[in-house]
Amino acid sequence: MIFDPPILPSVLTLLLVIPLVGIVPLLAFVRDARAAKQIAIVTTFVELVVSLIMLAQFRVGEAGFQMVESVPWLPSLGIRYEVGVDGISVLLVVLTTLLTFISVLYSSGGAIKQRVGEFMIAFLLLEVGMVGVFVALDLFLFYVMFELMLIPMYLIIGIWGGTRRVYATLKFVLFTLAGSLLMLVAIVAVYLNSGPAGSRTLSFPDLIAGPTRFAPEFQVWAFLAFALAFAIKLPMVPFHTWLPDAHVEAPTAGSIVLAGILLKAGGYGLLRFALPLFPIGAQVWLPIIIVLSVVAILYGAAVSTVQKDLKKLIAYSSVAHMGFVTLGLFVLNTQGGVGAVLQMLNHGVVTGALFLFVGIEYEKTHRRQIADLGGFANHWPLYTAFFGIFVLASLGLPGLNGFVGEFLVLLGTFRYGGQPISGLLWGPLAAIGVILAAIYLLWMFQRVMYGPVREAYKALPDLTPIEVACAAPLLALTILLGVFPQPVIAIIQPSVERMLALAGATVTVAVH
Amino acid sequence: MTLVPLPAFIAVSATLFFIGVAGVLVRRNAVVILMSVELMLNATNLAFVAFSRRLAVAGERGSVFVVFVFVVAAAEVAVGLAIILAAYRNRPTVDVDQLDEMKG
Amino acid sequence: MNIDVVGLVWLVPGIPLAAAIVNGLFGRRWLHRATGVIASVALGLSAVLGVAIFFAVVAAGHVARTVTLYEWIGAGDFHVNVAALVDPLSATMVAVVTVVSFLIHVFSNGYMEHDPGIHRFFTWLPLFVFLMLTLVLADNYLLMFVGWEGVGLCSYLLIGFWFERPAPYTAANKAFWMNRIGDWGFTIGTILTFLTFGSLTFHDVFPKVAGVAQTQPLTITFIALAFFLGATGKSAQLPLYSWLPDAMEGPTPVSALIHAATMVTAGVYLVARSTPLFAVAGPALLVVAIIGAVTALFAATIALVQVDIKRVLAYSTVSQLGYMFLACGVGAPIAAVFHLATHAFFKALLFLGSGSVIHATEEQDMRRMGGLRRKMPITYWTFLLAGGALAAIPPLAGFWSKDEIVGAAFTNGQPILWAVGVGTGLLTAFYTTRMIYLTFHGEPRDHHLYDHAHESPAVMTVPLLLLCVGAVFAGLVLGFPPEAGFIHRFLEGTVTAEAAAQSELPNYVLIAGLAATAVVAGLIGIAIGYAMYARRRPDPAAVSRAVGPIYTLLWNKYFVDELYDHRILEGGRALFGAAWAFDAHIIDGIVDRLAWLVSLLGSGLRRVQTGIVGNYALSIAAGLLILIVVYGGYATGVLHR
Repeated sequence: MIFDPPILPSVLTLLLVIPLVGIVPLLAFVRDARAAKQIAIVTTFVELVVSLIMLAQFRVGEAGFQMVESVPWLPSLGIRYEVGVDGISVLLVVLTTLLTFISVLYSSGGAIKQRVGEFMIAFLLLEVGMVGVFVALDLFLFYVMFELMLIPMYLIIGIWGGTRRVYATLKFVLFTLAGSLLMLVAIVAVYLNSGPAGSRTLSFPDLIAGPTRFAPEFQVWAFLAFALAFAIKLPMVPFHTWLPDAHVEAPTAGSIVLAGILLKAGGYGLLRFALPLFPIGAQVWLPIIIVLSVVAILYGAAVSTVQKDLKKLIAYSSVAHMGFVTLGLFVLNTQGGVGAVLQMLNHGVVTGALFLFVGIEYEKTHRRQIADLGGFANHWPLYTAFFGIFVLASLGLPGLNGFVGEFLVLLGTFRYGGQPISGLLWGPLAAIGVILAAIYLLWMFQRVMYGPVREAYKALPDLTPIEVACAAPLLALTILLGVFPQPVIAIIQPSVERMLALAGATVTVAVH
Repeated sequence: MTLVPLPAFIAVSATLFFIGVAGVLVRRNAVVILMSVELMLNATNLAFVAFSRRLAVAGERGSVFVVFVFVVAAAEVAVGLAIILAAYRNRPTVDVDQLDEMKG
Repeated sequence: MNIDVVGLVWLVPGIPLAAAIVNGLFGRRWLHRATGVIASVALGLSAVLGVAIFFAVVAAGHVARTVTLYEWIGAGDFHVNVAALVDPLSATMVAVVTVVSFLIHVFSNGYMEHDPGIHRFFTWLPLFVFLMLTLVLADNYLLMFVGWEGVGLCSYLLIGFWFERPAPYTAANKAFWMNRIGDWGFTIGTILTFLTFGSLTFHDVFPKVAGVAQTQPLTITFIALAFFLGATGKSAQLPLYSWLPDAMEGPTPVSALIHAATMVTAGVYLVARSTPLFAVAGPALLVVAIIGAVTALFAATIALVQVDIKRVLAYSTVSQLGYMFLACGVGAPIAAVFHLATHAFFKALLFLGSGSVIHATEEQDMRRMGGLRRKMPITYWTFLLAGGALAAIPPLAGFWSKDEIVGAAFTNGQPILWAVGVGTGLLTAFYTTRMIYLTFHGEPRDHHLYDHAHESPAVMTVPLLLLCVGAVFAGLVLGFPPEAGFIHRFLEGTVTAEAAAQSELPNYVLIAGLAATAVVAGLIGIAIGYAMYARRRPDPAAVSRAVGPIYTLLWNKYFVDELYDHRILEGGRALFGAAWAFDAHIIDGIVDRLAWLVSLLGSGLRRVQTGIVGNYALSIAAGLLILIVVYGGYATGVLHR
């Protein structure tokens, strides 16, 4: 559907403001857990609806930015408040609002017991940051939003987390901060190199508008700084060790959003900023990134196999899945790029759902060690069905969503003809990761679900209606995106091709 | 009637200032340290007034600045004395060497 | 009235899918045993439509029609549709799959009657049929892969159907993992196909094969080998065969449907479908033939000594699939599809017969059976006929198809593979005879078991009888006269590269001679079996003692399971454990050590913070002094830049 003129003007600003508006009454009712839950649910739901309206307003097939709003912010420095979405970000925004709504809804079901009001405030603030990262077009605004995601998550893990929450949250913040500080330096350098004094800018559309690009020497280091920030966020091997700790200690809602959205900010940043702004720099570092991606796929899967903690297992599987994202992005062709964006979306849905289900299980049994579990299949038929489908999607079963992205990435990888070794080596190697995924996921599923059920767990109930309500949209997306991925690809592809063209990639043109 | 030369004012001001510095560094009684700080402030005031009166380029700005310093000094004394009093209540001493709560 | 049945082809998989969805959503709460009726009715409809399409294709001659539903994935120059290809090959497969599936669904109503998980069973079984039909009907490799992995999933679910016990779920995991290794090959083959031909659709790829083979023969060989790796996983060939015998942990109708009649033949179907590709990939073709022949012999030898009735049948299935690959490898894909069809009937019948026995006795060990033919006459007679078909006794179905395969090996210049085929035929006849004697003849060896045995109800015996019709007559109807029968005329041009390849009449003297040799070999096998198990001369126990080491080797299945399940699995676990240790201690260790260094630096620096105001004031004064000195130095010219 195309609404022309758009039925909601300034919809992106609205998306940034709604959570902030929701915080105001939350501050008033911060001691009233019931009211806080209701306010948060309503706010995130309105946000979800508005984001869906935004999606409906989006004109499919156009590569450029849409719904752009641009006003001077700090005019003396050429910094603007500039927001807009293209085919890459529009879906990530919707994923963000959906997962936030589900997280808040699930947390309201009793998963968060202390300081509910404060938790909801942190979550709404987090939502502002996450939506902001995906809609910001000014590098300065992007940086602010990138950091804004960090602080609420720091609190969410540090206050509502598990026993080792302080260690985990410090590790998470220090890692991410180290990367983003490098990026800040690079942003300042980009500003100074963007033109003569007076016409300097940090606006992404302006930076890519002209034919002139940054000097090659500058690109090499600027790309490295940007890429490091995003590589840590993603995370790429060997910067991944904060992720398992953060996931293990985070409350369920935190894990969902961390895996579902925060990691995507890294992949998104690479595709949106690092690649188009510094194509020559990208070429220099590209072989290393390809190798690290394949290493991440195999290594993440290998480490996942022997994990004893459910959350840690899924966290390491995220490392492997994110390896597909970077691999797809850096082979620099249409299939790889589209596959990478799809993989980001699918991973957000599926891994978000997996963390949700681990959380549900933990709420019931208070156990997360795989050895302590077993035999739920007969006992919780509904839980088993949901969890089983998400596990299958995660291991890339064709017909479910995980397959489409992974297959396109593999296809793109085979096509990669670059230096020093072509994709004909990396493709089959990366495909081994798919075998390993089946091993660790099904082995986990077997140990948790099959066998006799323990006496202590026999009285525990199956999914509650609210849990079903949280999982159902994710399940629907898992199946729909696997069976009918084409409408989504149609949204993604033009924008991906535009970014890759800026990155100097050879983009194959469809022959009909 | 001959005017007192400007360097004489500066010399007095500098002398007063270093007396203040010495007082801050040497004395241990918090009240005395506060008084020494006061002395340093007023030493600079003297310099300000002298420049203001004798140097044409300085104009009236020196005198205006002195007013600001008076205000800041008054505020500083008020806050400083309050801190000293609060510290004295916690432990009955005004010896700054014993007030090492900020030790890292 | 003229209905375009071919245009309705999407209903053939669609109806079982609908049944699966209904049973899956409502089975546990409301439908319970009604799920069986729903699934059976759906499969009945599907079978009627499937057979109608088969006859429509027969009537129309050599049609190849694509029925497109929608575009599935399209990114850049890569496009794949959800589309069905209806041609003689897929029509044959559809007819076989739907008919056999329908009968097995009906049988399952009786077999699973008392199982509390019946709703799960009748969700997954129609889901399996849906995916199998997707595999068969797909008009491109990627959609075929959906069905390919999907049937693997259903196989996983159904092997592990009784998931409270460790044996089923271990077997289920093993099946999925081994299939995944094969699927790795399938994925690579698919992608290489796209890169080489620019499409994954069969009717785009195959016309270009000959041209590409001129310029890139190595690529074609690689693609063929990659697909064949996929086929070895799905069709349980060496070296990825060992999941199939373990898969017998599932309910017996599942073994009949998935692990004998349909899913495991998917690999054969893939190779047959890709005949134009394999035909120009010489070395790959030879690999297919050798793997097929060796697997046939290898599995048959293991089947000689098995005591579990289902395991005998499982190894026999592996062996028969080997025959089919042998046929593909020696350039006789029609014979492979022919054997696939006849095998579907007689092997499904054998499994259902064994299911009937297991249902009656709750025992799978043949050593405790014996004499059951008096208690279960229908089961016995149908089993006997199916066994005859397996042993390739003319004029039963297996004779025509297997003979064609073995004959093709000879006429296409592979006398060694021919000999292997004939030898395997002897072994097949022997173990079939042994199985039938141990189960149905002689005196009851366990009277308690014998006394409780009974003939199965009609819902189970009627499918047996219907399948028996197929097991007896399918070969004659489809394959007579040899090498020029209906199935040849029907599939020529679809499966073989050129339609006119066999215009002259086959050499019937040679064919008859080869057939006679094979039949004699089979009869020798039966005779030995009869002597050993009916007459006890020589006594089987004495024989096994006489060939001690060989018997031990066969009894332990060549120790392959020990290798796979222990050595490789433990090696993998050690490797992954090492990776984990590396992660926890080296990578994370560096991170933690870095943090430790920073905190060490901090604890050094904190000493500066004495907390004594005088010290701070002194450092301020000292700093001021330094500044004055430096400034004064520059101002007076003592210091220079």
